[in-house]
Amino acid sequence: MKTPHWLDRPANHRKLWIGFIVVLIGTVLAEFAWPIHGHFEIESVKAFNALYGFAACAAMVAFAKLLGLWLKRPDTFYTSETSESLPSEVNAEAKTTGVAHE
Amino acid sequence: MSNLLIHPGLVLIIGGILISLCASRLRTGLQLGLPILALFLVWQIPDGVALQLSFLDQSLTPMRSDTLSRLFATIFALMAAVGGLYALKQRSRLEIAAAYGYAGSAIGVCFAGDLLTLFMFWELMAIGSTLVLWSASTTASGHAAQRYLLIHILGGVLLFVGIAGHVQSGAGLEFSAMRVDNLPNLLILAGMLVNAGAPPVSAWLPDAYPEASWSGTVFLSAFTTKTAVYTLIRGFPGNEILIWVGLFMVFYGIVYALLENDMRRILAYSIVNQVGFMVAGIGIGTEMALNGAAAHAFTHIIYKALLLMSAGAVLLQTGRSKCSELGGLFHSMPLTTVCACIGALASSSFPLTSGFVSKSMVTQAAADGHLLWVWLLMTAASAGVFLHAGINFPWFVFFQKDSGLRPAEPALSMQLAMLILSALCIVIGVWPQLLYQLLPFEVNYAPYTAAHVIAQLQLLLFSGLAFFVLLGYLKRTPTITLDTDWFWRRALPGTAGWLAQSTRALITWFSPSGRWVGRVSNLVSSAVGVRSPLSSTWSLATMGLAVVILLIVQLVVVMG
Repeated sequence: MKTPHWLDRPANHRKLWIGFIVVLIGTVLAEFAWPIHGHFEIESVKAFNALYGFAACAAMVAFAKLLGLWLKRPDTFYTSETSESLPSEVNAEAKTTGVAHE
Repeated sequence: MSNLLIHPGLVLIIGGILISLCASRLRTGLQLGLPILALFLVWQIPDGVALQLSFLDQSLTPMRSDTLSRLFATIFALMAAVGGLYALKQRSRLEIAAAYGYAGSAIGVCFAGDLLTLFMFWELMAIGSTLVLWSASTTASGHAAQRYLLIHILGGVLLFVGIAGHVQSGAGLEFSAMRVDNLPNLLILAGMLVNAGAPPVSAWLPDAYPEASWSGTVFLSAFTTKTAVYTLIRGFPGNEILIWVGLFMVFYGIVYALLENDMRRILAYSIVNQVGFMVAGIGIGTEMALNGAAAHAFTHIIYKALLLMSAGAVLLQTGRSKCSELGGLFHSMPLTTVCACIGALASSSFPLTSGFVSKSMVTQAAADGHLLWVWLLMTAASAGVFLHAGINFPWFVFFQKDSGLRPAEPALSMQLAMLILSALCIVIGVWPQLLYQLLPFEVNYAPYTAAHVIAQLQLLLFSGLAFFVLLGYLKRTPTITLDTDWFWRRALPGTAGWLAQSTRALITWFSPSGRWVGRVSNLVSSAVGVRSPLSSTWSLATMGLAVVILLIVQLVVVMG
């Protein structure tokens, strides 16, 4: 059998994770070498961008999940019913005409 | 050499019609050549008023140019050129003709010096884009085109009523900066915001764009919202309300994209998100902010088209667009994957890509203005962009689980178009001066400082960490998320039908001569109802006869 692509091998996933974490730590450590003096005081807090980015994303995912509980529908929501606008108008007219005949 | 004063927009509009009539080889030549000719002509228009006409006691300025007009017209022509290359294999003649008319009208808006010319091109854009959508020739696209047209007619009506009021109040027709301190200006602003994808009607965009053909969406993504951004920069800079409208759009786009399953709809929500940054920048209104909004529109058109091209390639090669049915495509579409990743990085404002040098100007403007909350929200949203588009789209389409699909790379023309846009994303990111020198105001901003790069990398990479940590919560489901379009797709028609039925039933019930009411209503519906002679299709000859009779009657009345 053909050898799987290196991205498909689970052993490499571990290596990728380790590499990613090293880079993450690197970006935080870099701040000590090149301090960030932003416009706002809060930017001077070490690893502010890292923590803020992570927290903001977690908050957005949580909010999206909550909104999803309320607003998610099967993707056939608009297509499963009579989606043709013209026939439904015709039906509506037929129905109302029927009422008038009574 | 004297300047060639040919309207570049008209070249594309008329050229588009020619394309639809030509045989295949000539058609290819025109399709590739016309946008480049238009781009050349854009740069021939001198600064200031180039053409002035008199019409109904009003002075019209169909051609007026400055740095801002030229910047937007340049990217529109460029987009038409690369889009035309991408769509070479598109068999629908109507789509290309409509897309070029659409692009030409967008260029027309850029050079419009008066509100009437602006309105005319604005409406032509609505027609062109509707035809692009409609030419996908599916039931879904036909319905989406109807809804799309209705919303844009609404926007056009708001705009026109606003313009009429503006002129009535003695402010004249010239298109210049306005304040939102009277009703006409408010209506003009509302009309422009409809096209920008602002609330409460943002839903038109993710409803319509993903229904176009594989190439149609690429054209649609470029012009309507960015023309709105252009008109807002020129018409309403520094109106604070726009900051909050923009921030709403930014978060709306992120949250809805996180829940979405259709890859092109994810990217459509992402358009609203990115345009939100521009609108917020326009609301801040400083030179830095307006430069940022304009620059971001320029880079956004490029990377969003690139992302939609990669999505279009996937759609064309697999016939699927739902993330839950895709995955693992990097195996057989490596080039498309790389291009999509470059587009995704640019859209996330990764250092060394175009988004980094443009969006930073908007957030910097918020900081310069000491707008802490605006800055905090924009920074959170920048993290969210990486989350909802930067990783979300490439991950679910090209990586994640292996769907087993092994589609081939798309046609050479499509690959070439994606490569050109990828190159532009990187070139602008590495040499930002190329873009900065085209901006309306002088740029005193250096995006590449150690602190800025580190801060941005921290923000984005930790958002990436959040994505993978929370991946379990981000699984795609075959669902849609209800949006405000529910009101015009379900609630309004439902209520109208219910009202009509109950009114009729009530009248029949209460009126002693209910029978007569029924007859009258039957008579009315047989005269003007769906199947009445007035609503049916008439032959040309009958129509001709009717018009002749009408003209004779009019003549008699007038002469009498």
